[in-house]
Amino acid sequence: MDVITPFTPVASTIGGALIGLSAVLLMLFNGRIAGISGILARIFPPYTGSDAASAVAFVVGLMAAPLCYSAVIGGPVPQTVAANAVLMGIAGLLVGFGTVYGSGCTSGHGVCGLARLSRRSVVATVVFMAMGFATVFVMRHVIGG
Amino acid sequence: MLRVALSLIAGLIFGLGLVIGGMADPAKVQNFLDVAGTFDPSLAFVMGGAVVVTFVGYRLAFREHSPLFAEQFHLPTAKEVDARIIIGPTLFGIGWGLSGFCPGPAITSLSLMANGTLIFVPAMLAGVGLARFVTQKRLPKRLETTGGTA
Repeated sequence: MDVITPFTPVASTIGGALIGLSAVLLMLFNGRIAGISGILARIFPPYTGSDAASAVAFVVGLMAAPLCYSAVIGGPVPQTVAANAVLMGIAGLLVGFGTVYGSGCTSGHGVCGLARLSRRSVVATVVFMAMGFATVFVMRHVIGG
Repeated sequence: MLRVALSLIAGLIFGLGLVIGGMADPAKVQNFLDVAGTFDPSLAFVMGGAVVVTFVGYRLAFREHSPLFAEQFHLPTAKEVDARIIIGPTLFGIGWGLSGFCPGPAITSLSLMANGTLIFVPAMLAGVGLARFVTQKRLPKRLETTGGTA
């Protein structure tokens, strides 16, 4: 069941550097943290600033990325997504609620927060990483056998 | 308008980074989290590359008095480690492990139209809206600082 994925240190480092570049551009020009959960939250009311339009634009850019990638590379983006509707529904709720309640996700805490040496972000990153490792361990090696 | 255009470009670069780095594939994310099984350490390189570039770039950006297209840098002001900074990431980490999706890759994957993504994203947005409602109600003044963290 578990799909084996190849180790891609070069592509992953390049991808990470691009994420960093995006975060730096967003701070240098717009003065904003590149945190996806925060950007998603800003799409919802109440609108405290005028930046809902910027948030929507960022999301549109994200969604356009796989299409641009495929157009250039000429092939599909490799992806294996679980199809279990109950599992994905529960996971989605947990991710959406947890990231906004905890003020950040992998990008806001794990990238921007760590780069700012924020103590809160270090704590948040350690906690979600630990829970991620624990959840996959239980799912694949305790329940899944 | 300049801010909106810059956001679109930044979103595109961010999404390309996720796709090229392999983070748009939940199987790769879950393999990173599966040290005891089909372990794939690639994502440590995504995180590492992103943190190093951001660490250096932020220091250069903060030499400016203000952002080029905005009046001020919007930085989180909360400093204390409170219950929310434990509870939120705990719930998030469980959902991340179950699905292999965190918010960025999930939104980026929408255009790939996998069945699981089309269930995950609406559920995630419902969770975002719920958390926004709960935090807004209880902590009206802190939302702008903590809700804008990420």
